Amino acid sequence: MSAPAQQPAAAHAEQDSNLVIVEDLIKHFPIRAGILRRQVGAVQAVDGVNFAVKRGETFSIVGESGCGKSTTARLLTRLLEPTGGKITFEGRDISHLKDSQLRPLRRDMQMIFQDPYSSLNPRHTVGKIVGAPFRLQGVNPPGGVKKAVQELLAAVGLNPEHYNRYPHEFSGGQRQRIGIARTLALRPRLIIADEPVSALDVSIQAQIINLLEDLQEEFDLTYVIIAHDLSVVRYVSDRVAVMYLGKIVELADREPLYTTPMHPYTVALMSAVPVPDTRRRQERERILLSGDVPSPISPPPACRFHTRCWKAQEICRTQEPPLVELLPRHRVACHFPENYSPGAEDLR
Amino acid sequence: MTTSALRDLVTRHPEQADEEPFLEVVDLRVHFPTDDGLVKSVDGLSFALDRGRTLGIVGESGSGKSVTSLAIMGLHTRPTSEQTRPGAQLSGEIYLEGEDLLAKSPEYVRSLRGKRMAMIFQDPLSAMNPYYTVGRQIIEAYQIHNPVTKKVARKHAIDMLGRVGIPEPSRRVDAYPHQFSGGMRQRAMIAMALSCDPDLLIADEPTTALDVTVQAQILDLIRDLQSEFNSAVVLITHDLGVVAELADDVLVMYAGRAMEYGSADQLFNRPAHPYTWGLLGSMPRFDRARSERLLAITGTPPSLINVPPGCPFHPRCSYAARNNGRSEEVRPELAPVEPGHTVACHLTQIERDEIWEHEIAPKL
Repeated sequence: MSAPAQQPAAAHAEQDSNLVIVEDLIKHFPIRAGILRRQVGAVQAVDGVNFAVKRGETFSIVGESGCGKSTTARLLTRLLEPTGGKITFEGRDISHLKDSQLRPLRRDMQMIFQDPYSSLNPRHTVGKIVGAPFRLQGVNPPGGVKKAVQELLAAVGLNPEHYNRYPHEFSGGQRQRIGIARTLALRPRLIIADEPVSALDVSIQAQIINLLEDLQEEFDLTYVIIAHDLSVVRYVSDRVAVMYLGKIVELADREPLYTTPMHPYTVALMSAVPVPDTRRRQERERILLSGDVPSPISPPPACRFHTRCWKAQEICRTQEPPLVELLPRHRVACHFPENYSPGAEDLR
Repeated sequence: MTTSALRDLVTRHPEQADEEPFLEVVDLRVHFPTDDGLVKSVDGLSFALDRGRTLGIVGESGSGKSVTSLAIMGLHTRPTSEQTRPGAQLSGEIYLEGEDLLAKSPEYVRSLRGKRMAMIFQDPLSAMNPYYTVGRQIIEAYQIHNPVTKKVARKHAIDMLGRVGIPEPSRRVDAYPHQFSGGMRQRAMIAMALSCDPDLLIADEPTTALDVTVQAQILDLIRDLQSEFNSAVVLITHDLGVVAELADDVLVMYAGRAMEYGSADQLFNRPAHPYTWGLLGSMPRFDRARSERLLAITGTPPSLINVPPGCPFHPRCSYAARNNGRSEEVRPELAPVEPGHTVACHLTQIERDEIWEHEIAPKL
């Protein structure tokens, strides 16, 4: 790790503001067949992804099922080992750390899961679940584990007296709060949340979203949120990456992405979201994509979206468009972007 | 309250008010006896629906929306003497073109399923038989209601699969459900439900398990097929966006009861019940820049064994204190606030208008 020392001061400051840097990240899951279990192919779940997460921000990854967003989350937390590429967390390359080396890392990096029913051990009390990180990491919080756990329960809006209850005594929203209390135990810097609210009812969803916002301020957290609900993502995020078949097709600040999306896939995705406004029913123009997402085992060559794109030309089938910064802080991987004419940078 | 008085409360559209509605549910109650007590899943629900129109039933988990749809379809197990486990206790009336389905035998209601009424379920994988090809399942349903040869039925099945947008239907008709992707399976189930051109289509969370781009395709499909066959559609969902997109009328349910009932325009632009305000305020908006904070509803939905007395929403309602304890004691009935728009709430019209205008509308 001597390279950063040689870089100019400006680049150094840029590096410092980034908590996580992901470079050319690849994850292929081998498909084996036959008696010899030879590899006959690979699911190219994540295939060359680049992004950086800044300290204190909420960075979201959106996309439809099978686009690789959850795999990316699992690579970031190193629940999976990347096939290629590099993940840097706080200036340290964590791409291929061993389990024993990963353990101290987990203090700084925690995960919130989608399903509040399967992510809590039904045989453990709430106190044991939320206190587990202290025991596993050998941390002795000031005032003892019980006091620390009760403070955490209060922080997420649960009654500290619930210490001795079991998960089945709680509703879905309360269970999600228990899970969140557990992730906060060791005061992590980064929280990766994979669909944190999609299993919850609308009214409970709002409670958890508000809670996550409050905690971000109180505990100085950086969030990476994986979600498919574009409304939730618009509400919570500072920056958003849109994934399609293992690649990022567009990455921008929240408002430009929602008001002037540039990748045709993003445009189609946005146009498909039902809006709770009866007056706008007629006005909206909907772009219906035909067919389904192609298989990630044999994704289309060059631009992966060309099979469903209404703007596709010959070049889209032969040459892969790189993810480039067409407008300041707005990166797109497309040969024929929407909402863009060269020279339009001045208008922004 | 008598049945006729309840009938008057049911929202009707002025131009069709003197005709009998196509589907009419009057004071429906569905209770399940359990070891822990009586679960009152639906407790006094009334609504009406005409042909060519779509009714959206909105509510959170456990509000009774799916139980209502299963009651209409006659799919609840009724208690019989030889059963060890008691089934559902149903009361009230469900009229389909003037015929009370609850008074008919299960065999008769079964003969209606398929042609008179059909249902689209949320999970297509469990709604289809994995042992039979998709085509065979459609053919079977079609042959029950139409005296045609297998060859004709097969041609019809291929035709239906093509209509719902499945590529290469003549090849896909011989595929098994597991060979389809999630979106295709959902379309195949819709093809099955629509194969006999049902007069009444009940869609229970038809797109909840699907990605947004596929959801848009399915909603378009339901809309097209409805206008083609002039069917009545009951759309059950928790997603207010889907409701705004598709429904003519909306019924908001909470703890097995109707909280608010009116046209989609009324519900979204002049909502009158604090629970409806809460639902709208809880929703992050896709179509506008973020507001300060979501107006979450506090607390959690009640247990259906111990539904709070009076207004079931009062423990979570910010305005319950304004009614001098009436919310805790008296159960509010649906009462009109404007033509075709009813609400079950103790707030006075003046209070309601003021709260909506000053406290809720500016924050949405």
